[in-house]
Amino acid sequence: MKTVIVVGNGMVGYKFCEKFVAKVDQDSFKLIVFGEEPRVAYDRVHLSEYFENGDAERLTMAPREWYQENNIELYTNERVTDIHRNSKTITTLSEKTYKYDYLVLATGSSPFVPQINGVDKDGVFVYRTIEDLEDTLAYADKIKKTVKKPKAAILGGGLLGLEAAKAVMDMGMEPHVVEFAPKLMPRQLDTRSSKVLQVKLESMGINIHLSKATNQILGNGHVIGMEFGEDDVLNVDMLVISAGIRPRDELGKSCGLKMGTRGGIVVDNKMRTSDPSIFAIGEIALYNQMIYGLVAPGYEMAGVAVDQILGVEQTVMAAEIDMSTKLKLIGVDVASFGTPFMPAEKGHSIIFENKTESLYKRINVSHDGKRLLGGILVGDAKDYNMLLQMYLNEMPLPKNPENLILGSRGGEDMSFGSAMDLPDTAVVCSCEAVTKGQICCSVKDDGNESVKAISKATKATTGCGGCKPMVDDLVKETLKSLGKVVKESICEHFEYSRQELYDLVKLRKIEDYDSLLDEVGKGHGCEVCKPAVASIFASIYNERANRQATIQDTNDRYLANIQRNGTYSVVPRVAAGEITPKQLLAIGRIAQKYDLYTKITGGQRIDMFGAQLHELPLIWEELIAEGFETGQAYGKSLRTVKSCVGSTWCRYGMDESVTFAIDIENRYKGIRSPHKIKGGVSGCIRECAEARNKDFGFIAVEGGWNVYICGNGGANPQHAQLLAEKVDKITATKYVDRFLMYYIQTAPPLTRTAAWLDKLDGGIDYVKDVVINDCLGIADQLDSEMQYLVDTYKCEWKEAVENPEIRSRYTHFVNTEETDDNIEFVSLREQKMPKAWV
Amino acid sequence: MISILNTYEAVESEKVSLWFKAAPVEKFPKNGGACVKYKGMQIAVFNFTREGTWYACQNLCPHKMEMVLSRGMIGEDQGEPKVACPLHKNSFSLKTGKHLNGDLNRIATYPVKIEGDFVYIGFSE
Ligand SMILES: Cc1cc2nc3c(=O)[nH]c(=O)nc-3n(C[C@H](O)[C@H](O)[C@H](O)COP(=O)(O)OP(=O)(O)OC[C@H]3O[C@@H](n4cnc5c(N)ncnc54)[C@H](O)[C@@H]3O)c2cc1C
Ligand code: SF4
Ligand code: SF4
Ligand code: FES
Repeated sequence: MKTVIVVGNGMVGYKFCEKFVAKVDQDSFKLIVFGEEPRVAYDRVHLSEYFENGDAERLTMAPREWYQENNIELYTNERVTDIHRNSKTITTLSEKTYKYDYLVLATGSSPFVPQINGVDKDGVFVYRTIEDLEDTLAYADKIKKTVKKPKAAILGGGLLGLEAAKAVMDMGMEPHVVEFAPKLMPRQLDTRSSKVLQVKLESMGINIHLSKATNQILGNGHVIGMEFGEDDVLNVDMLVISAGIRPRDELGKSCGLKMGTRGGIVVDNKMRTSDPSIFAIGEIALYNQMIYGLVAPGYEMAGVAVDQILGVEQTVMAAEIDMSTKLKLIGVDVASFGTPFMPAEKGHSIIFENKTESLYKRINVSHDGKRLLGGILVGDAKDYNMLLQMYLNEMPLPKNPENLILGSRGGEDMSFGSAMDLPDTAVVCSCEAVTKGQICCSVKDDGNESVKAISKATKATTGCGGCKPMVDDLVKETLKSLGKVVKESICEHFEYSRQELYDLVKLRKIEDYDSLLDEVGKGHGCEVCKPAVASIFASIYNERANRQATIQDTNDRYLANIQRNGTYSVVPRVAAGEITPKQLLAIGRIAQKYDLYTKITGGQRIDMFGAQLHELPLIWEELIAEGFETGQAYGKSLRTVKSCVGSTWCRYGMDESVTFAIDIENRYKGIRSPHKIKGGVSGCIRECAEARNKDFGFIAVEGGWNVYICGNGGANPQHAQLLAEKVDKITATKYVDRFLMYYIQTAPPLTRTAAWLDKLDGGIDYVKDVVINDCLGIADQLDSEMQYLVDTYKCEWKEAVENPEIRSRYTHFVNTEETDDNIEFVSLREQKMPKAWV
Repeated sequence: MISILNTYEAVESEKVSLWFKAAPVEKFPKNGGACVKYKGMQIAVFNFTREGTWYACQNLCPHKMEMVLSRGMIGEDQGEPKVACPLHKNSFSLKTGKHLNGDLNRIATYPVKIEGDFVYIGFSE
């Protein structure tokens, strides 16, 4: 048995493992991996997402168990310190020695920190690991407490620097990008496009300083500014350095491998270093005298190294490596591909620029007009994938190549056809090297009819994610060619089903209704799509109704249920119906003070009716002071989890139904969904809580809990169906987590769970397959998405009451303090009620 | 009941004899509506920020005679600007006042203009 040691558990090191175990049987090779970072390999490309959700787990490439299952010995937090080529051994920081037959170096690179006076001061950071981000965030938080409008500089205006700029802006600091060159993204953009980008970024609040050489970093102990020349100082409270990368080649150097003059370990097209038993892959490898700072070439290198070790000699690295890139996350499209700028003797350029719209498009075409050589897109990169494919596959150009960037204008030939026109060999996902042919076959022959299914089957889209729109197109077009598509568009403004729209929002990270309309819709929206989209935002980002109030249904907009006469009702949460005498007194006192009609609802809580708009914040302020929070009775969201008293009091009870119901109600409170959801928990099969009447229900039985889903009262009563039997609370909760999340993601608008299940192919068995057997491979994702919603819950009434801007929305008139004199009440059994309609 | 309905009569822009200075622009939510009181009347004013247009109509929904239209969601139906009543989602054209999903009475609409940073509603008296 031979031993392969991998040094470095980063993106490429991980990819090596993945490809390796897929190809060898475990008895012939032993795989040992060392990683210096405390975490298992994670997705560095999407590092910035850590800001959005603070969830490091989500970035993990594969959990530790995966390594175990595949018999990979993994040592994290363990740096390899020496390689002894004579004895074919390595030693680690903890002075352990291991023997190898093959050694794979995947040590990546570290940020380049220029030798400027003062770079060692507090408040200077780099941007590469999760720990870097955590440190930066912690520092930013500290600064924000003492400085009113804190500023942060980013040294370096390249791809990564701009991403970092967006990140510090999201941290609430004023971003300043400082670039040595006279233009932004000097490697990818020409002067004009860089200018267009600069203007756009400045309009977004990112300050740009070009042609600045930093002399020193100012400050006593911690950074307070940057000095460029005499009298040229920029005051900042924090600095992030993003000035390029340097390969982590110290191991190669000390054991005498052949090195590049400016660093990096030299490899041939088999990824072999100057020692035939040592390979180097990823950002450490110097191939064609270049370090490729992108994942796609790194992944390809990993594949080559695997094959070479297994003796498949003909797999070698391509001679030319595509360095096309698209900037992500910044809120403005930027992409360049092929040869972005090029001397006139090689071809001619077609340039379109519209400064007022911050648009710049350039394509470079060969002299004979037959081939696309490269190009730049700023402001609108939706055609990037298609152009890139035309370039990579040397596809013939249309008669008028300018149509490629201007669109065809009246009667002329189409600028480009659909993704289906690509040759089958076109590599659509370059990170995973998946071709168009593979994707289409996977749809046709294996029945993978969604981007999700395709990505599971072929791994396409799992790298940088840039190919998702194109994979989406291919799936749709292939389905269409099979005569399979049933369009379920939600209204005239969006030609998508709710589920498709959900995926688009998530994929493109769209957070505003207006941007969504601009990007994937048409026209200006209506009362059907607005609340549907609001619900999608809520499900993905846990966005509360307050931010985009006017796309919410009326009840959500004012966080209260409108009643007959235009007054509102107020319902605080009383989880599982358990309420203390003190809370009862408080509700009584407040209801009396504002003269509200009170009634116990079917969901075991108290509804107070007849509040006028301007009274809502006053009432809630008092309720919140008494410890109540919103009951979300107004939302398409969790209403209540009804409970019976269970084993704490009831002589039949098998388990504590109230405790479980409270936990569950608190877990799902605030989660918005396609329609309202209700739950129930009964302490035994006598079923006093009517749990089988609810969207989800738990019933205690001998040996655990039975879980039921998709029950319904309402106009078409339906009994819930059994999802799982005799499971413990944790498992029961996990199944319902997944079921709810899956329902939230796939149901059409305003469809209760029962109706959803009726329409679902495969019915309850399919739900079991997804939720319990994880047949779609999405269980982990559903789990973490649900956990995110749970973790980010906030009472929206508290937010409304404390925020003067939101609070000011609660007036009947905008031009007078007067209230609506049209409202009339009459009395009813010692309370009030609205005057009846005629 | 019906008598309040009669207090609202559509005003055409040529017939405006008085521009009522209602409130500053920022008082009206973007892409939403708010209610203005004028001489005992309730007028719903809508700020179609996306399109850059404004509309006004009676706040009274002719369905159940409730003063609620200003809280309805606004939108567009094949380019026709509309408001949907928050109570039962009856929707009305804001150009013509016509009931779009049934045959309730028309609602009265009023011209709106923006001058300086103020919203004015046109009446004819
Ligand atoms: C914020 C950010 C955004 C990016 N965006 C993109 C993008 O959009 N598209 C794109 O293609 N690329 C992007 N990249 C680049 C991409 O992340 C890298 O190309 C990729 O991570 C390289 O993988 P690697 O495995 O070679 O190196 P790394 O991921 O850096 O992994 C190397 C690992 O080896 C460890 N190590 C080093 N020395 C030792 C030792 N002696 N012993 C043990 N372990 C050691 C390191 O700690 C590290 O964990 C981005 C990078 C960053 C930081
Ligand atoms: S369901 Fe069972 S435990 Fe609960 S109250 Fe009824 S009889 Fe008692
Ligand atoms: S059944 Fe529903 S719609 Fe009818 S009055 Fe009761 S709450 Fe209202
Ligand atoms: S009161 Fe307006 S639609 Fe019913």
